[in-house]
Amino acid sequence: MPEIPNMKMEKNPMPSQDAKVRAHNFDEVALGYDEATALDEAKRCLNCVNMPCAHGCPVRIRIPEFISKIKALDFEGAYQVIADSSSLPAVCGRVCPQESQCEAKCVRGIKGEPVGIGRLERFVADWHLAHSTEHTTCAEPNGMKVAVIGSGPSGLTCAGDLAKKGYKVTIFEALHRAGGVLVYGIPEFRLPKAIVDKEVENLKNMGVDIETNVVIGKTITIDELFDDGYDAVFIGSGAGLPRFMGIPGESFNGVYSANEFLTRSNLMKSYVDCPVTPIMKGGKVAVVGGGNVAMDAARTALRLGAEKVYIIYRRSMEELPARHEEVEHAMEEGIEFKLLNNPVEILGYRNENDKRDPRNGFVTGIKCIKMELGEPDENGRRRPVELAGSEFEIAVDTVIMSIGTSPNPLIKQTTEGLDTNSHGGIIVEEATGKTSRDGVYAGGDAVTGAATVISAMGAGKVGAQAIHEYLSLKVKK
Amino acid sequence: MFKIVNKKVLNPTVVLMDIEAPLVARKAEPGQFIILRVDSEGERIPLTIAGFDREKGLVTIIFQIVGATTEILSHKNVGESIQDFVGPLGVATETENLKSVCVVGGGVGCAIAFPVAKKLFEQGTEVTSIIGFRNKDLIILEDEFKANSSEFVTMTDDGSYGRQGNVCVPLEELLASGKHFDRIIAIGPLIMMKFVVQTAKKYNVPCTVSMNPIMIDGTGMCGGCRLTVGGKTKFACVDGPDFDGYEVDFDEAMERSGMYRDFEKHAYDKACNLFNKEVK
Repeated sequence: MPEIPNMKMEKNPMPSQDAKVRAHNFDEVALGYDEATALDEAKRCLNCVNMPCAHGCPVRIRIPEFISKIKALDFEGAYQVIADSSSLPAVCGRVCPQESQCEAKCVRGIKGEPVGIGRLERFVADWHLAHSTEHTTCAEPNGMKVAVIGSGPSGLTCAGDLAKKGYKVTIFEALHRAGGVLVYGIPEFRLPKAIVDKEVENLKNMGVDIETNVVIGKTITIDELFDDGYDAVFIGSGAGLPRFMGIPGESFNGVYSANEFLTRSNLMKSYVDCPVTPIMKGGKVAVVGGGNVAMDAARTALRLGAEKVYIIYRRSMEELPARHEEVEHAMEEGIEFKLLNNPVEILGYRNENDKRDPRNGFVTGIKCIKMELGEPDENGRRRPVELAGSEFEIAVDTVIMSIGTSPNPLIKQTTEGLDTNSHGGIIVEEATGKTSRDGVYAGGDAVTGAATVISAMGAGKVGAQAIHEYLSLKVKK
Repeated sequence: MFKIVNKKVLNPTVVLMDIEAPLVARKAEPGQFIILRVDSEGERIPLTIAGFDREKGLVTIIFQIVGATTEILSHKNVGESIQDFVGPLGVATETENLKSVCVVGGGVGCAIAFPVAKKLFEQGTEVTSIIGFRNKDLIILEDEFKANSSEFVTMTDDGSYGRQGNVCVPLEELLASGKHFDRIIAIGPLIMMKFVVQTAKKYNVPCTVSMNPIMIDGTGMCGGCRLTVGGKTKFACVDGPDFDGYEVDFDEAMERSGMYRDFEKHAYDKACNLFNKEVK
């Protein structure tokens, strides 16, 4: 007899740490479903034959199939369905913007809330990490070597897929720790580093070597990788230099890029009691930008002890690109959204009578101008327009610029014949990740500029498949 | 892990170490830098490369004990290892097509200026070296500079050795006497470089400076090392560390270098207490 679906209109809420408590700690905010809640939520899925949700997923996870396994209490089976398509389920269940991907396509979302697909993915992945002893099986070694540059989401995914197919994979990581943006960018309270470490450990168990402290383009060039016997290369070097606005005062002490602020806190652990890497804590903080990175920076600043944190964004709430859950969490925690405002100058302290005054050059405030939304631009987003004469000042001690990055320049500078676009992004064939250099593939932020973890993962998968096809053909010749 | 194979105390606050890092040694050029972490909990600090031996796979670093990390590093001995050592980073100093160069080094900056002088001298460039220190006890690499310069002057602020005065004094004398340089390369404290640039400007001689701002990743990701050069934002880690001295906003760079002064002082005191050493 077919099971009767749970027709409740709302998703089961995600159990979370209380907003007042979590604003002062770095522990994970969302606590995850227990088995009973997961089962109840799974029963909201109608198991649509045409799987609209899966079409919203950049890596095409067979979503109704894994949810059916949850209904049957086969949690490991559910994990295996996800693992067929995704290399980092525990990560994606936490950081994917589900509301604009799978859940946006969910039929249940028409009359109520969509099925909590992301929450169910996380439940399954966490269950697997806690209970499963199964190791991923790999094909017999095929004797071919692939170099993967960068150990972020695209690199980890590409390496995992190739290792499964029998390739000997070495990941080269510039920093001292593997994980890329998952360790330097996304904060502990949103993605515990223990989860990233487990995913990295899993890859090592599959025979993937990870060489930290190697900057490709500097320590070793791509040409030298081929000389060293690598048969193909995947570039997943990630986001590069942070963008600044080009307004006066951006060099004052207390102005950070979000990359720097988050790297200090996440990678260098500036948030612990006696840090070795300093960070400006406390006071009033303004974060400029409206993406996930801006939310991460704002909530990190709050947890570091800021008395007040503002998000300054030039468009309205509707256009805010961050995940809904992050925006909600940020608001619950008391972060103030200054929408339709754009900074025009950062103000700093200057004692003209005493050049040695130690406060000289430190931020004292930010001057903004009010905006209104005008005509839609080429992307259909309404263009913000300044309201003449509406400038006002907010007193702050720290300003964090979170307005995007441009791809890392080091590989481009040292690899002849690797074509890049005017933004510095590596040019690839979209369907394969193939670059202008034979045997070199690329994906993730190095290609697209700042995007999401899941799209980088998707590009890693595409690259791995294309490298496999390329090398299989080469062997036949 | 990267092994320390040689250690030499050059003066009470400056230490030389040769580190086994074959991949870095293979590519290193004068003017480039490395980033290291002493231990698994350590901070990342940039140090400019003071020398390298490609065959033995060694990279020489010379550092002044100025903070917690350099204090802890100075207590490491031959045979011990440091956790992380990555490089060579940044763009190498431009040395091509230079017939006559004045290399100006100040304090521990001489450690970075020396490989540049050596490379120039070995390629046949006429090298005039001016090195300056606060006093006699702080002098480093004097013999090395002497052996790699056509002309050579040591200055001390207090006159306890060599000539008394700052490095701009002999530089200005040479320039005023009509001495021609294709370029001046200045490496030392920000304030010294600022004044060398002023002197160079007076005589219209191009002047390259080596900037050493606060850095974290050193690979073009965080943007912490930004400087204003020619009115534009530049990143020392990927665009530098060498810049056209005429264009660098030194006053801003000096302010930015003091961003964490209180924190650094506190961390240094703590590290010194750990080693029961009096902070001078």
